Amino acid sequence: MIYFDHAATTPPYEDVTRTIAEVMAAHFGNPSSLHRLGEESGKLLRKAREVCAEALKVKPSEIIFTSGATESNNLALKGSALQYISRGKHIITTNTEHSSVYECCKQLETLGWEVTYLPVNSTGLVNAEQVAAAIREDTVLVSVMHVNNEIGSVQPITEIGKMLKKDHARVLFHVDGVQGFGKVSLSIVESGIDLYSLSAHKWRGPKGVGLLYVREGLVLSPLLSGGGQEGGLRAGTENIPYIVGMAKAIRLTNENWETRARKLSGLKEMLIQGITELPELVLNSDRAGAPHIVHFSCPGMKAEVILHMLEEEGMFVSTQSACSSKQRKPSRVLLAIGKDTETASTGLRISLGEEHTEEHINKLLKSLGKVLKQLHQLKGETS
Amino acid sequence: MPEYDLLLLRFGEITIKGKNRSRFEKAALSHVKLLLRAYPRTEARKDYGRIYVVLNGEPAHEIIDALKNVFGVTSISPMNTVSSNLEDILSGATSFMKGISWAGEKTFKVSAKRAWKGFPHPSLEMNKLVSTPILMAVPGLKVDVHHPAVNLRVEIREQETYLYTEVIQAAGGYPLGSNGKAMLLLSGGIDSPVAGWSAMRRGLEIECVHFHSYPFTSKKAEEKVLNLARVLSSYVGQIKVHLVPFTEIQTILSQSGHDNLMITLMRRAMLRIATRLAENNGALALVTGDSLGQVASQTLSSMNVIGRATDLPLLRPLVMSDKEEIISMARQIGTYELSILPYEDCCTLFVPKSPATNPNLRIIESAEASLTQLTEEIEKAVQGTETLCIRPDQDIDRSTGEEPVVQDKWF
Repeated sequence: MIYFDHAATTPPYEDVTRTIAEVMAAHFGNPSSLHRLGEESGKLLRKAREVCAEALKVKPSEIIFTSGATESNNLALKGSALQYISRGKHIITTNTEHSSVYECCKQLETLGWEVTYLPVNSTGLVNAEQVAAAIREDTVLVSVMHVNNEIGSVQPITEIGKMLKKDHARVLFHVDGVQGFGKVSLSIVESGIDLYSLSAHKWRGPKGVGLLYVREGLVLSPLLSGGGQEGGLRAGTENIPYIVGMAKAIRLTNENWETRARKLSGLKEMLIQGITELPELVLNSDRAGAPHIVHFSCPGMKAEVILHMLEEEGMFVSTQSACSSKQRKPSRVLLAIGKDTETASTGLRISLGEEHTEEHINKLLKSLGKVLKQLHQLKGETS
Repeated sequence: MPEYDLLLLRFGEITIKGKNRSRFEKAALSHVKLLLRAYPRTEARKDYGRIYVVLNGEPAHEIIDALKNVFGVTSISPMNTVSSNLEDILSGATSFMKGISWAGEKTFKVSAKRAWKGFPHPSLEMNKLVSTPILMAVPGLKVDVHHPAVNLRVEIREQETYLYTEVIQAAGGYPLGSNGKAMLLLSGGIDSPVAGWSAMRRGLEIECVHFHSYPFTSKKAEEKVLNLARVLSSYVGQIKVHLVPFTEIQTILSQSGHDNLMITLMRRAMLRIATRLAENNGALALVTGDSLGQVASQTLSSMNVIGRATDLPLLRPLVMSDKEEIISMARQIGTYELSILPYEDCCTLFVPKSPATNPNLRIIESAEASLTQLTEEIEKAVQGTETLCIRPDQDIDRSTGEEPVVQDKWF
């Protein structure tokens, strides 16, 4: 079996699963308890927060633990929308955001907020001038993803952030960093980011845990009210073993991530080369995009059939993004970069991980060729 | 900004201390060397009334921030050195002034000082000689001898000449430990760490005494105190903390039937224990964070009654300070944020509804006399005292289990 769906989720590090099991067995205390067991869990929580802050080069007090990126994105958007309602009710985002940002904006629209969805160009990008032009008196928040989860485009986050800090210091800047962390360099502080979402399972940590960076001095209205955990921003008893597991994963991911990104880039280039040599396929990803995502369409064929035929060959790939793949609609992202409905409905995504080798890529390309040939034969028979 | 190559550290009042001056300066030098360990390329040397730190490429302002904490040093100047001949001084001074980034008014003056009388040009003449090429090199610059934005000092010595403009305020006081040793009664509050720092600045070596009454107080309260001690240790390299078990004594005192005198009795017992610990550790005074009138135990009559429990000098560095002043010092020292953490200390549990602000010494003494086990329990508390050595860079892990709570393999 070769797993090519790292953008959907990643296999956890062995160290992470072991850590989680050990911590879960050894420390079940509630960090809010005053006795020793609680205090010990509290120490683990503090240490985990320090480790995560160090990896992101921010302060520990700026890290809020959540249940994952969906919650982080919801907290960033709704939390700031509600908190800063007196500044206005206008939000700017792009039309290729992950559904947890996109649907959140849709929901805010039903509640009376106005949202500007900036159109992307043919490689999936917006630019700082576009953002600047869309800013109004009542704009509260700009939310732009770092790396697109379907096609891997890398947005000019630093340019946008610097423009905002320089010309519109009051407008908050949220970045969905889920697909970018550990693959594409980004400095939270230098890019003027106020809010930054991460999910642990995208970089070999556990599912069900993530974090939101909230710049010091920024206040959010909590989505989950209760016992005042996470500085009152996110109530609920802390998931200590998973939080510690996430800290382990973030550290391992941050260690020599550049070497890993270089390796992935090489494999991606090889894969793109192979795909362009198959005339049935249309490449949707840009060569300049993130090093782990290659997206292409197979117009005239059913992507799902190819997915299952590749599965027969022992290879796991994805149609659209995992979060939207059960909907049978053309991809919103592909339509946004100007693809026709047929291309946008037949997308396949290969996403790479550090365990992959050139041999794996060759196998995948070979199988892909074989599958396409089989489909041609089937079509030939039926027509 | 000019590329500095040397720091000058000046001493204050210790330079007038006659025969003891050399001892004071040695103490300051070793404190400087302790803080410079993080910058291995630097070299520190002592001169009459001063310390020089040769930077050898290490970052000037980062090191100044560290050395500002050296007790006994009143000010620090980052300097450039040139050789002591006219040509080098003029070109050095000109390029020094060219390196300055001007914010407001572009005015300056030169204050030359010819410490080496063998140099052919006297100070006043030097002021003019140095100014001329600077005025030509920096456009828009003017001389203002009364209120210059920049005062360029040129100090001509036989070996070399120093150029500098900045004089940065430092901690002042007396060098580390040069005035002997005292025991600091360290609670978890705002005042006592500030009192400790003030005492250290005055050249006292400090050992901390903390009273804990587990289970009346939590382990977190103890951890908080150890973290406060750790902040204090960052000024001196390391600090000892004596943890005194106080539960039994509190229980006995609370049975005396004098509810409103509870705090007075407790404070007296604490002073007795601290006095015993001082004797055992060669300390000659007790330091407390008392500030006159702040709480019931700090009224003048309370101080009178409580203070009589010890025959050592009782030093109260903050006695005449206002709370706001103490808080602002605590912020500067870096203890404030820790001090306001909400953990109970050993006093809060037994605070009576209306504590005596005017306790009567005779009543106190007879109450103490009626508590027959008190002397014995004080002795036990001294025996049961645990001593820790706190260093700024070491984690304090006090869990008694075999395995540490935070295990490296998990992170």
